[in-house]
Amino acid sequence: MHALDIDYMLGLVPILLSYLPLTLEMAAAGMACALVLACLLAVIRVSRVPGLNAFALLFISFFRGTPLLVQLFLFYYGLPQVLTFLVAINGVTATILGLTLHFSAYMAESIRAAIVGIDRSQTEAALSIGMTRAQLMRRIVLPQATRVATPTLMNYFIDMIKSTSLAFTLGVTELMGATQKEAAGSFLYFEAFLVVAVIYWIVVEALSWVQKWLEQRLNRAYQR
Amino acid sequence: MIELKGIRKQFGNHVVFNDIDLQLERGEIIVIVGPSGTGKSTLLRCINFLETPDAGQLTVGDLNLDATTATRDQILALRRRTAFVFQNYALFANKTALQNIAEGMIVVDGIAKREAYARAREILGRIGLADKADAYPAALSGGQQQRVGIGRAMAANADVILFDEPTSSLDPQWVEEVLGLMKQLAAEHQTMIVVTHEMQFAREVADRVVFMDQGSIIEQAPPSELFSRPKDGRTQQFLRKILAANKS
Repeated sequence: MHALDIDYMLGLVPILLSYLPLTLEMAAAGMACALVLACLLAVIRVSRVPGLNAFALLFISFFRGTPLLVQLFLFYYGLPQVLTFLVAINGVTATILGLTLHFSAYMAESIRAAIVGIDRSQTEAALSIGMTRAQLMRRIVLPQATRVATPTLMNYFIDMIKSTSLAFTLGVTELMGATQKEAAGSFLYFEAFLVVAVIYWIVVEALSWVQKWLEQRLNRAYQR
Repeated sequence: MIELKGIRKQFGNHVVFNDIDLQLERGEIIVIVGPSGTGKSTLLRCINFLETPDAGQLTVGDLNLDATTATRDQILALRRRTAFVFQNYALFANKTALQNIAEGMIVVDGIAKREAYARAREILGRIGLADKADAYPAALSGGQQQRVGIGRAMAANADVILFDEPTSSLDPQWVEEVLGLMKQLAAEHQTMIVVTHEMQFAREVADRVVFMDQGSIIEQAPPSELFSRPKDGRTQQFLRKILAANKS
């Protein structure tokens, strides 16, 4: 047992922080794409578009039913062997793709639940004044569903940020990959992984504050 | 100017009504009364296709449609000519009082935002809620919410406003302000069909009272006649019951 090498840890912080942007970029890109896809899947599920609904169910079932790591390996190592034009896919793209598909499956279900939870009379009111289904969705249902789903979606976003660490298994030098390399060079594994853990932790805590602020803002309309 | 012919609606095997005919003129105010569960609300909902009738013809203004062949465009056109006031207000929870009223004008009628908000403000003034323009439904009393609900229907500039038990969900202290607003509309000769248990309102405001029982229109007459000399035994029985209940 040795004492913690504080100087090493402090020196490591700026080095690791320089990889934080890539981690956050992958998470942000994954989240943006996942949100769009999840909304699409949720609307398909709610309006029971025939054919598409079956596809959405299968999609959600598969991406919820298999580990993210397996999906990442499938996209990065497996798929290019079958679809040869994908040979050029790099680790970052594969990670964003994996995060998008994986998390959209989960998020679709929470968005669907939020949509279904909007009280039916508002739907009728919108139809009664002559709105189309699409207008009703866009103007009345989705804004309210967003508020209901936001806490859950933020949790998925937090989960997604942490999941970007799996990108290092695809050879991407992001926060986790960089730590791994640093630790392998110094043999100070405990110090290195402790530093990276704290960095993730602080990022997630900061996001929790954003989440709180966002929820309060979204709830303004509903307070007496 | 509004005509229902042979309207039929069933849920599964349960026939709510089989063959309803009803006409009304522009500016006419009809109150539909009758025991619960006789299809009054369902009939009202059929008039703007919140329920799809299984058969029958509907005429509103220059629009004529057959229930069995109605297209999506016809249904949207019908809904633009009819406005609905709901028992539970059904305001858009994510929109302020002003936005609730302006929403249809902006989205459905394609009126420019500025213009729509100006008109919505004017309506807010008429329903006595000018100071609540920026209040969300959650911050309004039941009576205020229902007045906004009526304001939203007024904004639709429809040929007829359909009121589905507009005071039934209200705490007693808010009933008068809502009925008062409806009387104000009646005085302006707004065409309306009202389903309600407020017999006093029917007596004062209706041009014609329609008594429905078990999915049929049993009789219809001006309130003075229907309330004092009901012809049918079922009407007599219903009125006896409800007037006794109202007195106690």
